[in-house]
Amino acid sequence: MTSFLMGSTTASEISSQLTRLRHQVGAPAVGMVLTLVVVCDESHQYDAVRAASEASREHPSRILAVIPREREEATRLDAEIRVGELTTGEVVLLRLYGELREHADSVLSPLLLADIPVVVWWPGDAPEAPAKDPVGGYGQRRVTDARSARDSVAAIRSRIDGYTPGDTDLAWTRITPWRSLLAAAFDQPVGKILDGYVEAEPDHPSAALLAVWLSQKLDAPIRVTESKGPGLTAVRLRLDGGEVVVERHDSRTATLVRPGQPNRQVALARRPTSDLLAEELRRLDPDEVYEETIRGVAQYDGL
Amino acid sequence: MNDSEQPSSAGPAGPAGPAEPESVPSPTAHEIELAVHAGESLNVPPDDSRAAAQAAASTATTMEVMEANPLRDPRDKRLPRVAGPCVLVIFGVTGDLARRKLLPAIYDLGNRGLLPPGFSLVGFARRDWAHQDFAQITHDAVKEHARTPFREEVWKQICEGLHFVPGSFDDDGAFDALVMALKEIDETRGTGGNYAFYLSTPPKAFPVIIQQLKRTGLTKPPAGSWRRVVIEKPFGHDLKSARELNQVVDSAFKPDSVFRIDHYLGKETVQNILALRFANTLFEPIWNRGYVDHVQITMAEDIGVGGRAGYYDGIGAARDVIQNHLLQLLALVAMEDPTAFGAAPLRREKEKVLEAVTLPEDLGLSTARGQYTKGWQGGVPVRGFLEEEGVPPDSKTETYAAIKLEIANRRWAGVPFYLRTGKRLGRRMTEVAVVFQRAPHLPFSKTDTEILGQNALVIRIQPDEGITVRFGSKVPGTAMEVRDVNMDFAYGEAFLESSPEAYERLLLDVLIGDPPLFPHQREVELSWKVIDPIEEFWAKSDEQPEGYPAGTGGPTSADELMARDGRAWRRL
Repeated sequence: MTSFLMGSTTASEISSQLTRLRHQVGAPAVGMVLTLVVVCDESHQYDAVRAASEASREHPSRILAVIPREREEATRLDAEIRVGELTTGEVVLLRLYGELREHADSVLSPLLLADIPVVVWWPGDAPEAPAKDPVGGYGQRRVTDARSARDSVAAIRSRIDGYTPGDTDLAWTRITPWRSLLAAAFDQPVGKILDGYVEAEPDHPSAALLAVWLSQKLDAPIRVTESKGPGLTAVRLRLDGGEVVVERHDSRTATLVRPGQPNRQVALARRPTSDLLAEELRRLDPDEVYEETIRGVAQYDGL
Repeated sequence: MNDSEQPSSAGPAGPAGPAEPESVPSPTAHEIELAVHAGESLNVPPDDSRAAAQAAASTATTMEVMEANPLRDPRDKRLPRVAGPCVLVIFGVTGDLARRKLLPAIYDLGNRGLLPPGFSLVGFARRDWAHQDFAQITHDAVKEHARTPFREEVWKQICEGLHFVPGSFDDDGAFDALVMALKEIDETRGTGGNYAFYLSTPPKAFPVIIQQLKRTGLTKPPAGSWRRVVIEKPFGHDLKSARELNQVVDSAFKPDSVFRIDHYLGKETVQNILALRFANTLFEPIWNRGYVDHVQITMAEDIGVGGRAGYYDGIGAARDVIQNHLLQLLALVAMEDPTAFGAAPLRREKEKVLEAVTLPEDLGLSTARGQYTKGWQGGVPVRGFLEEEGVPPDSKTETYAAIKLEIANRRWAGVPFYLRTGKRLGRRMTEVAVVFQRAPHLPFSKTDTEILGQNALVIRIQPDEGITVRFGSKVPGTAMEVRDVNMDFAYGEAFLESSPEAYERLLLDVLIGDPPLFPHQREVELSWKVIDPIEEFWAKSDEQPEGYPAGTGGPTSADELMARDGRAWRRL
């Protein structure tokens, strides 16, 4: 990997440096399918850029990390360009000092790749209305993560207030394997679900989403109850003369229980952030089911 | 797709129903199955068998049930297509294909969360193995060949569903043991009587396996469940044998339960041909005789016949590759737009274009064949075909074949399609090149455009999957000089880092019951109708196929074939 540090620079200098590097390496920016903007603070930077780089192996992208720094310092832009092994595309870390913090969009606009989609991801704190944020406004898709909020359940409950089609949250992405497994369990007729509950560690936004999704789809009251974790540990759905249960204790393997059938072991591992991000980048159209679910979460009283 | 109970055309199931095990506690799927079988063979009152069928249906997955699933929502694109509970039985599981492709593909499907809970895999082969041995072999195959990282929890899930049944294909006892094993799996894993049989064996074993499946009643699904069979190419060696083979399969399985695997059709780039053509406006207006000069479809291999010599001798390149892979590619490139992306509309269009394929009158001038002789392949000295082990020294089998075809319809009349394939060529490469006509008028002086070739759109299928567009561009400088440049879309570059392998996609489609990517018997027969006259023409000739040194671009007669039309093959 090659990395270049550029102190007190401008976006156009960065842009020409990127072009120069590409010509040197002999790899023009073909095959890149999107620009991924990561907005995070310095402490989140390493993990976020790493996850983004791994996801970019499936979705070759230019990764632009926007890192706001000290407000009190003199206004300036520091950049760090990384090309090479870690990622298939390019990574640019943009450190914004002083007044520039408020004008990240002006730095980004010359650096977004032409003609291809932009995705904005906030691994940490996210604006209340992502689409109205100057940086978020560039994104065709805006990815937040309720789990990183101080009160993550409150965060997911308020998502609908600032919702614009194209928003999504990694708390929702985390439960795709659970939803997929539950859907597979219902591929064979089960009968009417009377009620049920989702077990998870306390203050878990994904549990709320899963419970609301299930109660909307099954038209039955599904509550959230606390367990020791880690993460989601079980879904229990009661029906006439039995129950459908998915239980996971070691965060890797789950047991599926259905009436009239033997219990079965299913792999259901917690996924790293890079996998979540890769899933998020696979489809860039608005996720209508997510919208319905967060609308439900806002009114939900089963927490 | 609903495989409802229908009387099969194949007569009664025969007297040798499955033997009843000694003791069975409380009613189970197992007993229900027995009841269904009993209903068939003993004519018990219809009421009973209907009740049994209903009970069986409640354990089975059909498309209707999946559509009625409250948790599935067409807008919910995150949820993957997951197959319903089922068992995959692989005959010939010790073979190369199973070890290198099928077993790893099953693991990869599991790793992507696409296998249903309870999915089970039964290996059947003539080996004195216990379950653990089979598990060990599978484990090794997965570790060595799987494309996704090895995860203990996924392996555990798959390993729980592994079973092995030892025996040879003519051993009645072994198939009775298979029936028992499947019943037991239905009980312990909840697979609901849904079985897919994968015949990963030489075609000569098909009749006996299918006879055994018929004898044991495994070809007849209880109501609400399904039975499918997967067969690999070759689908016969000419039209007659293809029909015979089909009769054998047809006698046991309904046509929509037969999945013929042509693994080329599972490749992302091949599926992308349809996206390229029918999802864009850019290409379709020029995709016709008004703009296209000719089309070249190439599958070049750098390997020799190696261990396949016994099979390959007498078959040859045209039957081995052109009849299936290349004609399927031709169909996808040349067909009209299907009304929908389902199996029936796609197959209809492919059949139409295959029906329109015509052979030139003089086959001597429009076909070429060759046989590789010893030479240097990528810096290594290699043997000629006739010196390969298992090849008779007087073999006339061709290892290279090139043919020129035309398509008699309004879109393609007069546009030749050149198909070529060969072994021990300079490079491994499969591609479809659509070569366009020269611009009707060039406002430049002749010297300016001297080195400008024809525009071309190349679909690279392997390796380095992608699409290249070749066009003329001005060379920088004060002089006006136009030269060919390439615009490259590298599909494989990074998109595909963990994208599914062809077999993964096809296995999943079998388990789901989604047939668009599988050629229908009618397509197979139409392809043989194209190849048979050429094979007959070659068989009549006493001449030895023209030799070409290994590691080169093929015989000179193939180059002459193109030269007669004023064209040239693309460089390998």
